[in-house]
Amino acid sequence: MLRYTLLRLLGAIPTLLFVIALAFLMVRAAPGGPFDSERALPPEIEANIARAYHLDEPLPKQFLRYLGGLARGDLGPSFRYRDYTVGELIANAFPMSLKLGSMAMLLALIVGIGTGVFAALKKNSLLDRAVMAVAMTGISIPVFVIAPLLVLLFAVKLQWLPAGWSGGGGARALILPVITLALPQIAYIARLMRASMIDVLGSDFIRTARAQGLGTARVIRFHALKPALLPVLSYLGPAIAGILTGSVVVEEVFGVPGLGQFFVRGALNRDYTLVLGIVIFYATLIVLLNLLVDILYGVIDPRVRYR
Amino acid sequence: MSRAIKVSAGTLTIVAIIAIVAPWISPNDYLTTDFSNILQKPGLASMHLFGTDDLGRDLFVRTMLGIRVTLLVAIVASIVSLVIGVLYGATAGYVGGRVDAVMMRFVDSLYAMPFIFFVILLMVVFERNFLLIFVAIGAINWLDMARIVRGQTLSLRERPFIEAAKLMGVSTPAIIVRHIAPNLIGVVVVYVTLTIPQAILVESFLSFLGLGIQEPKTSLGALVDAGVNQMETASWMLLIPATLLAIILLCFNFLGDGLRDFFDSRSHE
Repeated sequence: MLRYTLLRLLGAIPTLLFVIALAFLMVRAAPGGPFDSERALPPEIEANIARAYHLDEPLPKQFLRYLGGLARGDLGPSFRYRDYTVGELIANAFPMSLKLGSMAMLLALIVGIGTGVFAALKKNSLLDRAVMAVAMTGISIPVFVIAPLLVLLFAVKLQWLPAGWSGGGGARALILPVITLALPQIAYIARLMRASMIDVLGSDFIRTARAQGLGTARVIRFHALKPALLPVLSYLGPAIAGILTGSVVVEEVFGVPGLGQFFVRGALNRDYTLVLGIVIFYATLIVLLNLLVDILYGVIDPRVRYR
Repeated sequence: MSRAIKVSAGTLTIVAIIAIVAPWISPNDYLTTDFSNILQKPGLASMHLFGTDDLGRDLFVRTMLGIRVTLLVAIVASIVSLVIGVLYGATAGYVGGRVDAVMMRFVDSLYAMPFIFFVILLMVVFERNFLLIFVAIGAINWLDMARIVRGQTLSLRERPFIEAAKLMGVSTPAIIVRHIAPNLIGVVVVYVTLTIPQAILVESFLSFLGLGIQEPKTSLGALVDAGVNQMETASWMLLIPATLLAIILLCFNFLGDGLRDFFDSRSHE
């Protein structure tokens, strides 16, 4: 178990290096420098700036310097937010995104699994079909369409909930962003859960359990739930990536001061170091969380053997 | 063929035809601003079927152009991903052995990557280039295609006609291009219909964030973004493009799912 975890951790290193190198090279391949402006600077000043940011060194050396910085948790200075380093910006903004994302994930799991089990038990009923049609719609419609529509309905027309983050953002301000972020995942998890639950309920050991006189609730709770959860568990990796991507849109629409918003602002401002830093941060996060999901999978399913 | 396939294919055809033809017929164009007619409500009386935006531009023509751009980006991006995916998957499956293992391991590790962020990075680094959007979206969507194609190729390569080609001394690249690839068409068609909505999603996501199609050109994602800014005074600016985008995505998803089931059930018989 420990050996497997360590091996997987080691295996993640080439992937991470590849991600970092790709992102780094893409930024360096950019036409024009980060300090280009309409006003031409005297060559001495330009040279000075280049030296201060080590832009005059050969590319491999710059990359090694960047990697060295990464190892110490230093992502370099932001080119637009002059008083902050990229690390500080991420550290300030990420907790808000984490809060939003983990609440959405929790909501998606609870509602998605619940709906899926329910639909599987009422298989092919009118209710089941209605739920699955809604789920298909939920998967098809992107977050950036759902988000403004929910704002239009609940904030502008009905005025039940605040539309944005004004006033510091209390619990009420969190409701719409969390729901928006969770909806596509709820739809996906419900579909997965329904399919795997139907599959498991048709298997022999469930028939045996029923033959022994167990009621539906007990069969689900003690026998069917755990094996049926496995596909959902392996979907957690993509789900995390989906929530991260979604948070970029949701934070933009609702004005949540999180990392996604910084990412979009950085992208629109061409703040190279900030965008590079956030891409690397996101990629690392996803690779590590995927690893965690894999390990968890082994814990829940004893048939998975570590090689 | 199920009803879902027919209905969604029909809807998509109608939408595409209207989007292509209507801008030619309409008396309005997508560029002209008319400041005496800003934020007109949708209706026939004003000659603006979908109303006008905050610059007084006709939204019907803009929406139709948006659909054109969205469909065009999606189709070109799908072709890019198709070419990469088929060549990559067919090579891995046909050559097999260690090459296959390394190539598919590479695909596996790419799966874990948040590609959309790399596309955003690409958009930041290079100017927001129309062509680049196609290529970037295509370049991230080929993974599924490569996997499916590889699986098919594994079974194809044991077939007698491939052996015959080999015996006749046809080179490996020629076998892949001329004998393997044409036999993959059935599977590939199904997965292209499933790739198109993904490409539409990426394009409209980028345009929504302001990183995709640039003004005065437009796409459905850009129109939804413009609609968000005006939704309190002019909700139609949001509702119309949002609904159309949702319909197009739903149709492609139903079509892809339906086709997959159709081919699956046929292959099981």
